[in-house]
Amino acid sequence: MTRALEDVKVADFTWVVAGPLCVRILADFGAQVIHVETGTRLDPIRYTPPYKDNIPGTNRSGYFHNYNSNKYGITLNLKHPKAAEIARRLIQWADIVAENFNPGVMQRVGLSYEEVREIKPDIIMISLGSKGQTGPQAHLPAFGAHLAALSGFTATTGWADRDPPVIFGAYTDSIAGRFGAATLLAALDYRRRTGKGQYIDLSQSEAGIEFLAPPLLDYDANRRILERHGNRHPSTAPHGAYRCRGEDRWCAVAVFTDEEWKSMCKVMGNPSWAEEDRFATFLGRKQNEEELDHLIEQWTMNHSAEEVMTLLQEAGVSAGVVETAEDLHSDPQLKHRHHFWVLEHQEIGHSTYDSTGSHLSKTPAELHKAAHTLGEDNYYAYTQILGLSDEEFVDLLEQGVFD
Amino acid sequence: MDRRYPTRLGATQSSPPTVSPLCWLVLSDYLSPHIHNRVTKQTNPGYNTYVAKHERELFIYPVNQMEESLLSPYRALDLTDEKGSLCGRILGDFGVDVVKVEPPGGDPSRKIGPFYHDIPHPEKSLHWFAYNANKRGITLDIESADGRELFKRLVKSADFIIESFSPGYMDKIGLGYAALSEVNPQIILTSITPFGQTGPWRDYRGSDIALWALSSYMYVEGDADRAPVQFGSPQSYLHAGLEAAVGTLTAFHYRRLSGEGQWIDVSAQQALIVANLQNQQYWDLTRFSPVRAGPCVHRSGVKWAYQRRVWQCQDGFVCFILMAGATGAPGNEALTEWMDIDGLAPECMKHMDWTAYDIRADEITVEDYEEIVKALTTFFSRHTKAELYQEAIRRRIPLYPCSTVENLRNDPHLEERSYWAQVEHPELGETLIYPRPCMLLSETPCNIWRRAPLIGEHNQEIYGEELGLSTAEMVLLKQGGVI
Repeated sequence: MTRALEDVKVADFTWVVAGPLCVRILADFGAQVIHVETGTRLDPIRYTPPYKDNIPGTNRSGYFHNYNSNKYGITLNLKHPKAAEIARRLIQWADIVAENFNPGVMQRVGLSYEEVREIKPDIIMISLGSKGQTGPQAHLPAFGAHLAALSGFTATTGWADRDPPVIFGAYTDSIAGRFGAATLLAALDYRRRTGKGQYIDLSQSEAGIEFLAPPLLDYDANRRILERHGNRHPSTAPHGAYRCRGEDRWCAVAVFTDEEWKSMCKVMGNPSWAEEDRFATFLGRKQNEEELDHLIEQWTMNHSAEEVMTLLQEAGVSAGVVETAEDLHSDPQLKHRHHFWVLEHQEIGHSTYDSTGSHLSKTPAELHKAAHTLGEDNYYAYTQILGLSDEEFVDLLEQGVFD
Repeated sequence: MDRRYPTRLGATQSSPPTVSPLCWLVLSDYLSPHIHNRVTKQTNPGYNTYVAKHERELFIYPVNQMEESLLSPYRALDLTDEKGSLCGRILGDFGVDVVKVEPPGGDPSRKIGPFYHDIPHPEKSLHWFAYNANKRGITLDIESADGRELFKRLVKSADFIIESFSPGYMDKIGLGYAALSEVNPQIILTSITPFGQTGPWRDYRGSDIALWALSSYMYVEGDADRAPVQFGSPQSYLHAGLEAAVGTLTAFHYRRLSGEGQWIDVSAQQALIVANLQNQQYWDLTRFSPVRAGPCVHRSGVKWAYQRRVWQCQDGFVCFILMAGATGAPGNEALTEWMDIDGLAPECMKHMDWTAYDIRADEITVEDYEEIVKALTTFFSRHTKAELYQEAIRRRIPLYPCSTVENLRNDPHLEERSYWAQVEHPELGETLIYPRPCMLLSETPCNIWRRAPLIGEHNQEIYGEELGLSTAEMVLLKQGGVI
């Protein structure tokens, strides 16, 4: 199959989530990626769950796997004196260098942008730091939940009368990684036109904050501070997640127009309360939404979440099952869209990977290689891609350069 | 090489720019094979290429836009509502000339709040402002025969079309991918919908909350004794727009290799799932579906199953995760030392060898963990967010404030990184403060060059000056409801 990015080569020095995701997107569309790790300081998500069968191990974390498909994985101890020459070869081979260590780490191993540019003048380099490369907070380490808090998502989510919830996973990473991929693709075209490379300083936190631009403008223009408001919508009702039949089952429902409300009433069997004046108008529904939610729940609780969703959607009302991780695996739409790919991993066997959200008609993403075990592709990448002889490879291996 | 080249100030410019042979080679790839073949036969290939290029793409340049940004030679036609507006915004940030094509009367997403001074008005939607900056705007009824023809004329010189209509709509009005690629084989069409163009749910209605639910992200947020919650500000279609920008530029790269455009089908549901790639793996590998636990994280198979990560402080909340191993030890030791000043560091924290545990600190005893939680709760409650964060930076403790929008606007770090862009809105008599694009580039400008367009603001520029419609024709089209 033709791959959209088959001529793009990436030297991937990233770890955790934002960087690996950024590069994984390119790899899914055919870019050749060499992912550099070291056994002397493991990627923290190699030891973050979920692990296959709950057994921890360097090569067993699904979290690591889902961000590192389609890559060749090598180990290189950049602190070893002989590693510099190998890094040099890797950079000469690459179009793109990606990294997301704390600011200063790449400098310490001799791979700052200035140094990388010496090796390859038209290199495109991206640093996806948690808070960017400069500024007073740049050096404080951060993980996903920290950055979701710093960037404004935690304080604005949840119930007004409760503590805000932890934002699950690595939310801002997922935004920054994709902004990074888009920027790299644009920078490749700029290089093609002008012959010039580029350095990209992309802050994960700043990428996340862009997703809160309307409330920030609301603060600027109206001095309003977005507060936690559960599932309330500022201008419509009913709007929320409603309890359905079964253990902790819910369906989200959003009604925007009178017509949709009438359709919903019909689906509910036109209950007598819906005829009451206070629910007949949009304003009435909004002003009495607590009671409205309670009455709607009397109906939803008699049906499965899937039934509620289907009945409402067939009547033209937006609704969606609040899916669990398990539900994703039986979601008929995702199945039809071939969202999940099953790949065979060297240590844990078959496991499921997510695809991207974009389907390209001529060059779709294709996942063909499971995430690598630590150093899995050392021999292939060093000898076949970077051109070391077998003797050189063995020699460097024995000296601990590939630790 | 002239940094300003290639310029697009217009073919009427009296003297052609000096073009080096290298530059000509680069420039020539912009052209369709047809034009390329024609111009290479001329004696002055550089100049002829330049003219050919500008015959194809003659238009007035955006006022403030630097001439050479990442993607300045290209044009996008943006037909989207809120489901896709971020995609065009990102292309605009990269310098693409993005022309928003709205139905006469304006795009429906202009009705989305919040509004400037809380006045609901199509020219005052702050949501519209945020994600339609860096675009020009025209009005066009693409359902009418005249509108369709005008649209096709624009397609000839465009590189990208972005749309977010219901699946099948573009085909129905004669502007599906097949028809558009006949007009311009290099065109890249990006379609953004809640569930994608195919599948059993393709015609289902999307909404931020329904997509949030169907992505599985909602189930893990909120308190266990209440309904799951969505995020406080709509997010689903921003993920769709971002995903669409990546897909569009991937197809664009392929166009360089193949000379062909293609059709990109974006599902907002799938785009939002990409925001949480950890979740489905829990089920796949361990047959456990993560659950919501408010300010804590519920961990399966661990002695102390609920780990608190969001903590109350004097004026709000902070986020601190008790980690151990090489990752957690330095921060924990620094925090212990700081707590000790207030006499609040428990003995177990003072004597703990954090490196003896893995990153999740799972093996710490329940008694120790409970004592630590108690001490942290007291300690944090005595300080403000700002005090805690400032000291955390100084002592290198991974502890972060749960920022409000007000905190963000006053954050010295963002200030130092010039994160806030001042965007003039002359009609409002005001300058509003926006987040700038998140990528800082060493070679090319990337900024907010212009505020979002008013309804039909650039009709004259595009229809009159570029397509050459006469004033009389424009009046007729306006009366006919086409523009």
